[in-house]
Amino acid sequence: MSEDHVYMTLVEEHGGDGARWAFGTGFEDPLYGIDTTVPTGVDTAQLAACCLALGDDALVLAQRLAQWCTCAPELEIEVGLANLGLDLLGQARMLYTRAGQVDGSGRGEDSYAYFRDPAEFRNVLLAELPNGDFAFSIARLLILSSWRLALFAQLAESPDPVLAAIAAKGVKELTYHREFAAEWALRLGDGTDESHGRMQAGLDETAEHLAELLMRGGDFGLDATSVRANVEAVLRQVADTAGLTLRLPTANTAPATACGRDGEHTDHLAPLLAELQSEARADPEASW
Amino acid sequence: MVNAATERARAIAGAVPDPEMPMLTLADLGVLRDVEVDDNGAVTAVLTPTYSGCPAIAEMRGEVDRRLREAGYGEVTIRTRLDPAWTTDWITPEGRAALAEHGIAPPRPVARGAASGPVPLVLSPTRPALCCPRCGSTDTEQTSAFAATACKALWRCRACLEPFEYVKEI
Repeated sequence: MSEDHVYMTLVEEHGGDGARWAFGTGFEDPLYGIDTTVPTGVDTAQLAACCLALGDDALVLAQRLAQWCTCAPELEIEVGLANLGLDLLGQARMLYTRAGQVDGSGRGEDSYAYFRDPAEFRNVLLAELPNGDFAFSIARLLILSSWRLALFAQLAESPDPVLAAIAAKGVKELTYHREFAAEWALRLGDGTDESHGRMQAGLDETAEHLAELLMRGGDFGLDATSVRANVEAVLRQVADTAGLTLRLPTANTAPATACGRDGEHTDHLAPLLAELQSEARADPEASW
Repeated sequence: MVNAATERARAIAGAVPDPEMPMLTLADLGVLRDVEVDDNGAVTAVLTPTYSGCPAIAEMRGEVDRRLREAGYGEVTIRTRLDPAWTTDWITPEGRAALAEHGIAPPRPVARGAASGPVPLVLSPTRPALCCPRCGSTDTEQTSAFAATACKALWRCRACLEPFEYVKEI
């Protein structure tokens, strides 16, 4: 390095490329240089729908996690949540790119993230709810990371090698996310009366959205029974250790009134997407 | 059999420093999976990204490409390999030594089956404590699950009282 100033060094090193304005920009295709052939026999419509839905879950939750920046209870938590969001964003980028390769549209990641309206998003409702109390955000993170981990563990065996590789990578990341959320659920649930009450309230708020995750039959050809058993075992373990009461859906639970996987959303998704998409839509030619 | 041209290209690509932890080369980090030069002198390098969201991969790709071209290879192809996923177990002994030398605790061996087992739910350390890279004490504790980059956590040593970073095993 010839400069003491980090930014000046970067500018100097990348001086030949005027489009770059910061380290980490100038992103290209996140599946660059990968064999993108779809094996014969793979149901491409189902594969594309799966990539899109899981990409949407990740993008929307990443945006919610990023919204904790500047207002998390501790600086360390803020950094943690932003980094969990970064992992999810990375997963979303690869999943969108794969969706565009197999759905016949040839669209890139930006097209899915920035140029679709709320009704075209397929994320589950739990991901789009406002952050609320920190305890609610932790309960949501615990549930969604446990559920996504169970889905990815199955998808790591997908007949599509690209999706299988994205999922196998994601399993490692999600294990850490789940651990981060579980530790906070334990710390708050088994903490003071105040923290226990708020953690219980946060968990209660998620209850009406669990049916959408656990009671729908095998989306994308996955084994829903196994996913449900896996997720419920994890949530029970954490709730028991933390002294929390878990309200899991049963056969008698009323079915979800709206389903994100069908494009039905709460009123909270539109403002989230408006914020996420405003820059790209104001200047569709912009690059970053 | 690895020919001399491949050896040379591998050395050039492998020497590229990691953009976020420049004390490590891409060879040390284990992200450079393969380099081959064919009979026509065209070189193909294969990279495996560390984390799904790591912004450094585009940087690494560009730098490997640039250095190989500067070294006289006219045709350079960089491929990405997602499977098998990168693991910190691929960081070489040289890489681990370089991390420790720069005050960063290297990753421990990856525990197998963590994703399918129960969630570790003890808030006190359950695994052997990390060695402080400054004083060698094992009287250490985690202060933050993430540090300056997503791949590191922040720890502190209770013996010498210094904070240090630690590359998390994945």
